[in-house]
Amino acid sequence: MAKTDSKGRPLVAITGIGMVTPLGQGQDSNWQALTAGRSGIHRITRFPTEGLRTTIAGTIDFVEAEPFCAPALSERLADLAAEEAVEQSGIGRKGDFPGALFMAVPPVEMEWPQREALAKASGQNGDITYPDLLTAAASGQFKTWHDLFIFGSVADHIADKYGTKGSPISLSTACSSGATAIQLGVEAIRRGETDAALCIGTDGSVSPESLIRFSLLSALSTQNENPETASKPFSKNRDGFVMGEGAAALVLENAENARARGAKILGYVLGCGEKGDGFHRTRSSPDGAPIIAAINDALDDAGVTPADIDYINAHGTSTPENDRMEALGCTAVFGERMSGLPISSNKSMIGHMLTAAGAVEAAVSLLTIRNGRIPPTINYNVPDPGIPLDVVPNHARDAQVTCVLSNSFGFGGQNTCLVIAAEPK
Amino acid sequence: MHDVVVTGVGIVSCAGEGVEAHLAALTAGAPPKTNGDLFPPYQVHPVAPLEFDRQIPKKSDQRQMEPWQKLGVYAAGLTLDAAGVKEDAELKSRMHLIVAAGGGERDYAVDGQILTGLRDAADPGVFLNERLMNDIRPTLFLAQLSNLLAGNISIVHGVTGASRTFMGEEACGIDAIRIAHGRISAGQADIILVGGSYNAERADVLLIHEMGGYLWKKPFASVWDRPASGGGFILGSGASFIMLESREHAVKRGAQAMARLTAVSSDRSRRKPGSVREALAKAWSTIGASPSATVFSGATGVAGITEEERDALAKLAPQARIHALGDLIGHTIEAQTTAGIALAAAQIQQGTTGEAVVTTVGHCRGEGALRLVKA
Repeated sequence: MAKTDSKGRPLVAITGIGMVTPLGQGQDSNWQALTAGRSGIHRITRFPTEGLRTTIAGTIDFVEAEPFCAPALSERLADLAAEEAVEQSGIGRKGDFPGALFMAVPPVEMEWPQREALAKASGQNGDITYPDLLTAAASGQFKTWHDLFIFGSVADHIADKYGTKGSPISLSTACSSGATAIQLGVEAIRRGETDAALCIGTDGSVSPESLIRFSLLSALSTQNENPETASKPFSKNRDGFVMGEGAAALVLENAENARARGAKILGYVLGCGEKGDGFHRTRSSPDGAPIIAAINDALDDAGVTPADIDYINAHGTSTPENDRMEALGCTAVFGERMSGLPISSNKSMIGHMLTAAGAVEAAVSLLTIRNGRIPPTINYNVPDPGIPLDVVPNHARDAQVTCVLSNSFGFGGQNTCLVIAAEPK
Repeated sequence: MHDVVVTGVGIVSCAGEGVEAHLAALTAGAPPKTNGDLFPPYQVHPVAPLEFDRQIPKKSDQRQMEPWQKLGVYAAGLTLDAAGVKEDAELKSRMHLIVAAGGGERDYAVDGQILTGLRDAADPGVFLNERLMNDIRPTLFLAQLSNLLAGNISIVHGVTGASRTFMGEEACGIDAIRIAHGRISAGQADIILVGGSYNAERADVLLIHEMGGYLWKKPFASVWDRPASGGGFILGSGASFIMLESREHAVKRGAQAMARLTAVSSDRSRRKPGSVREALAKAWSTIGASPSATVFSGATGVAGITEEERDALAKLAPQARIHALGDLIGHTIEAQTTAGIALAAAQIQQGTTGEAVVTTVGHCRGEGALRLVKA
């Protein structure tokens, strides 16, 4: 067996995955639901939705977190995903993961229930201002909220529990964060800094304010009547993304080490590519050049050609802009082949899990390879004539898939692509 | 392995704009500019006035950003100028970017009005929805997102290789350098712009750190002297970026290297008494620092860990000059490590010292050190 890739670098194997999505917990139940074409999108019950333009999301309501807030839920989701992945990999010992932690976490800040508690504790009966909140903070009774709402805590707690080695990396590249976590793990293994990496993307940040922020940018679908059908990537009547929550974890290992310890190798991350875009804060360069460059960078890094890719796990957010630009980019890279190359969007079922999306979709890409079955793009009833692609409409399809391109794009000009394969090239 | 060199630095803080102003302030040794009137009883080190037009020419770009982003984009621009790459569009299009960032900011007036209204609202949830829908500026979100400092650097300066944003207070500042150093050493990248920014003149960041009891509320005192009176930090507004590249890449484009970054060590100890002292000793030996290195310390002034750092340095570097960054620019959290590198590289270039160590000890987690020598 090859120890190195086509460029002479250590091969990076995947030996464990774990996930929790709006469709459920664990890779088995998720795979069943994803290939059955089930939607995890529903009406929001976590908070009142009166007055909101969007009242649906893929919130995770079956996991408890205390106190309930984005960092606490994100940590719980990451923990569940990590536990499954580490167990599957069989690596290390409990609480002693022999490698680094790279973790995509949502940017956090204090939330309204906490602000309200501070306002109440301030004793201010007139107009509340920040000096009142500071007075309450100075009492010392809110000490635990400091740790709860600083940016490094979620990863630090996970590092503590799993015993990962070194300083954990908390990162954000917006909606490509999950893919970046994997990329950082791949690079660290290739550098020989570590033989294993726990790469996680997590996001449990659906709250009134986070939803409203996206809403005010007109990014969200407002097709609230039938929540299950709102996310319709590549359809002509798509009108925005649906927020989702969840997490995925991948155990990456130097393949030689994984084999030596007798681990079962599930697949390989052959390559990672990225390219920045300075065109606009939320929009892609109209010519698609950065998306094209990111895909080509990933293929090149993997040592494969466009002909080697037999399925694309799309970013496919269901926004008018993303799906058009992604189709344009893919068509530029894959040329005439694109019309027959299957490309589907998991987000049609689980929504856009933001910080977690890239990691979840990488895990699903691996399951696609291992099961020889492509999850569909559901809710595809009105094709967009401008996007003449094989989106694997509505029903899963059996197919031999050996090499997948997984795309992730985000606000701030973030474009990250991964190549995941059954075997080394 | 490739040598990693520093070919440009940019810094803004209460000590002024540019590395010369900071070196002059270091020599003068006067206490940093402090403002206690903005948020009494708290003090902050306000950033020196800047002409943002000089680095962010378009007013439309400036309007899209909040101060933490403007400070960062400004310092990134100074660094691009210093490294002689500002006008090289081709190079910037393949230049990578690692930003150490927090996030924010809030609309303080809106938050206050909502909290006041929530108290008597018949249906608080519905009231909150209405107010947020109507009162938040749509673009504020983009001024809050952590990765949008990097995004704005891409837009304003055309640095579009690809960006990654690390979060996690002080530790992510040194981790950004560690990862950049690792990638360049291993040939995974040729040139990376690394840095961070912090706006301390914000009630919401004071709030988060006051909840934890970390703020210094007495008149300014050196970080080393604070633990005796309870300890704490004074937040500083500022930003710092450095250009890291492989020696081959720098030589090829005729760039002057200021200093060589030889090694970076960062780790997390499960904090208990003595762990910071041990972690620094371990980092010191990992990076191969000598007892006479000049030290740029990121010590916060927080009780316990500050004395441990002082004790560790007294043992590791008994003959060293030790500069506390907090006594020069205040505590800029994620941006503190790159500020230390900027000053260390400049001193090495000047010949003031031949070897420098920058330490990072986070106020609640993360310990590390890095070493710079003559290029």
